Amino acid sequence: MQAPIQAPAASVPAPSGAPVVALRGVTKRFPGVTASDNVTVEIRSGEVHVLLGENGAGKSTLVAMLAGLQQPDEGHIEIDGAPVAVTSPKQALAMGIGTVFQHSMLVPSLTVVDNFALGGVWWKRPDRAGIAGRIEETAKRLGLRVDPYALVSGLALGERQQVEILRALMRGSRCLILDEATAMLTPHEAVGLGELMRRLVAQGIAVIFITHKLNEAIAYGDRISVLRLGRNVGEIGPETLRSATDAENTERIIALMFGTSRAGEGSRGEHRTRVVGDSVLQVENLCSEAGRVPVRDVTFSVRSGEIFGIAGIDGNGQKELAEVLAGQAQSSAGSIRLMGREIGGTSVGDRRKSGLRYVTDDRLGEGTVGIFAVATNFLLKDIGAAPYWQRGIEHPEEIRRQADRHVQDFDIRTPGIQTPVGKLSGGNIQKVLLARELTGAAQAVIFAKPTYGLDVNNIRATRKRIGGAADAGKAVVLISTDLDELLELADRIAVIDRGSIRGIVENGEGARDAIGRLMSAGDDR
Amino acid sequence: MTDEQAIAQPAQQSHGRATRDSSANASLRVLAVSIGPLIAALVVGAILLLAMGFNPVSYYSYVVQRAIFSPSGLEATLTRMGPLLLIAASLIVAFRAGIWNLGGDGQYLLAAVFVAATVPLTMNVLPVWANLLLGLLIGAVVGAIWGILPAILKAWQGINEIITTLMMSFLGVSLANVLVKLAFLDPATTTPQTRTLPVEARLPRLFDTATSSGLLIGLFAVIAVHLIMTRTSFGMRLRLVGANPRAAVHAGLSVPTLTVAVFAISAALAGLSGAVDILGTHGNVRADWNPAYTLTVVPLVFLARLNGFGSIAYVFLFSALTIGGESAARRIGVPSFFSLVIVAILLITLGLAEYLDKRHQERVRR
Repeated sequence: MQAPIQAPAASVPAPSGAPVVALRGVTKRFPGVTASDNVTVEIRSGEVHVLLGENGAGKSTLVAMLAGLQQPDEGHIEIDGAPVAVTSPKQALAMGIGTVFQHSMLVPSLTVVDNFALGGVWWKRPDRAGIAGRIEETAKRLGLRVDPYALVSGLALGERQQVEILRALMRGSRCLILDEATAMLTPHEAVGLGELMRRLVAQGIAVIFITHKLNEAIAYGDRISVLRLGRNVGEIGPETLRSATDAENTERIIALMFGTSRAGEGSRGEHRTRVVGDSVLQVENLCSEAGRVPVRDVTFSVRSGEIFGIAGIDGNGQKELAEVLAGQAQSSAGSIRLMGREIGGTSVGDRRKSGLRYVTDDRLGEGTVGIFAVATNFLLKDIGAAPYWQRGIEHPEEIRRQADRHVQDFDIRTPGIQTPVGKLSGGNIQKVLLARELTGAAQAVIFAKPTYGLDVNNIRATRKRIGGAADAGKAVVLISTDLDELLELADRIAVIDRGSIRGIVENGEGARDAIGRLMSAGDDR
Repeated sequence: MTDEQAIAQPAQQSHGRATRDSSANASLRVLAVSIGPLIAALVVGAILLLAMGFNPVSYYSYVVQRAIFSPSGLEATLTRMGPLLLIAASLIVAFRAGIWNLGGDGQYLLAAVFVAATVPLTMNVLPVWANLLLGLLIGAVVGAIWGILPAILKAWQGINEIITTLMMSFLGVSLANVLVKLAFLDPATTTPQTRTLPVEARLPRLFDTATSSGLLIGLFAVIAVHLIMTRTSFGMRLRLVGANPRAAVHAGLSVPTLTVAVFAISAALAGLSGAVDILGTHGNVRADWNPAYTLTVVPLVFLARLNGFGSIAYVFLFSALTIGGESAARRIGVPSFFSLVIVAILLITLGLAEYLDKRHQERVRR
């Protein structure tokens, strides 16, 4: 261990200290998904260590294991170089790991002091004045202003977060985890949090800052570990970070997040042979304020037999755009035309009838009903349609026949068609969705992150289906955060950033670099 | 072998084991899970009776004797089932669609009051059957009207219907009392009550017995609701909204419209229950009368897992317990609400049985 040599005096805040906490080869599996795959990360005191990755990259799982909410299946956690088992949040706190979760864990109807007193023993009256004194003292040390007797409900989200950080420190945390800490903050508050992190590390605290935002990672981090599909795909140390410009760092991180040029080049030739026909789906100046991220002035058109990819870092309006297209969210301006007919004002059901299909990425949340049978889930969007219902009366025989056919055609592994769909693996649930959306008179299909959370075999099967849909002459919109997937499948790729399209790139030589440039250009603003 | 097969196979094996296990012991286990809790509840009830200083054997045998084995008792039990079954139907529609219409008491009582105020006046103009139909119609419409406000608030404002229906229920019960005391008062009597529908103008009795044909209306309503919810596209839509409203939006259903429809049906059935109770049994409404059926039927339909046929069985059991319990109260001195205590214990023992069953299944799977 070279750490003691680097940090001779523990009391003096060192820029790079010994690893306080380390994850060694940690693997965590959930049914159908490997959330963390052999992850090794070292957290040093006096450093802001950014864990950067998209939704589903495995950040939350790492936090949960460090906070004692979950235990690794393989590998272990080390504290001060000694392997430990963190089996409960209480134990994590006792070991000096404090976590500030994305959503406030304070009781809004109590004052700050009372929130701090909550952990105390029940038979003693809490020493409010004493706690208040210590709050003020700790706050002052960090350059914060906190009124200990203020009601939490009266505090802004940024202030609540400061209170939570104070609480974690007062409980003796040496390693502070900030989970998506800027997600709920205003830009101004986020800058304040960045400054606070600098002051914390100056006092020798190790900070783990979880984020999916590139610019924040570069602005506040001393060291950046990039997570992708559960793996730690690369780390950028303080020396490199400081010596390079922000633009260079951004490029380096994007290369890590989306993978460098490698496999998939060969398979790209195939789709070129497809006959691309007339324009099927035309979107013009589409705007929407309905979702969390407003959709701004989106224009594109997709022809029959064409796959139009939409790339971008997750949470930049992809979901909102898909929902506006499918009719689940209201558009505020612009037009959507399918086969030349305006469908912008029609309902979800009408759009489906006219041939627009939407394969949602939220498979269990809205795509299926987990407690309903597989056979029923095939028909969720066609309730009442002949021949499955005649004059409103169910015809079980027809429903069974269709389900058997789907199970066979789409190779769905299920104990039976009456099995609740929630009991199937993620890959098979996706096949149920694909069977439902790709059969019948589909003209245009929107895929939202279709391979997200699937294993390799199901990813391959799903991609084949997407290619097959285009081969069959459908217009395909493929929203994905996996650049390799888009480069493999799409004919053209648009880059979306904060709800608007940054640019559209023809897939081919140099497409990866062009997309990377469009993505990082968006982050500079 | 692909990864997926590797994952799928153990799952299938365990499933195969589960089916073999269940085919051998299925009927036995179902019996244990459904009858066991009932026996346990009766035993716990017996212990309570002992603690209260009563002889449980004589209490239970008296209840059974009076409610089921005596002709007049059985007739009373069956007659009471009519309105209770309609309430059960009202609740099944709502709960299966994920809507907590707990305002049945107000819907029931207001409907009862309006029916009782109207039919004695119209009986001189209309033939008996038309008068009865009019009464049933008034009951359904008044009930549905009392459900409109919570329905609109839920459908378009997302306001929690548990609170609004309960509040509307209090208002409905109070309004019904006010109406009985002020507007619909029978001038011929001194006690505050509505005019009375003569016995010959009430719902016909079944085959020379004292059982009201309200029972048939109740049975018809519960079975119809059960079939609609399980066999039709309309019921399927309602179940989808109830199981996952976001999936319903995703599937292109108009959730607000369906919400209003559910409220209308549910509240109309509650109102119909009031009409049947007046037209079949009571003939009038006295001031401050409120049988509060809804909140006692809620646990029954949950015990039956919102199944129509199961609800019929539980309503019969409850009806017998209350009729027998009322007799026992007069004869033995056990308070009549002891039947509610039995229902409450039954809820707990059934919950326990389900928990134990689930744990057992998980252990078998492992």
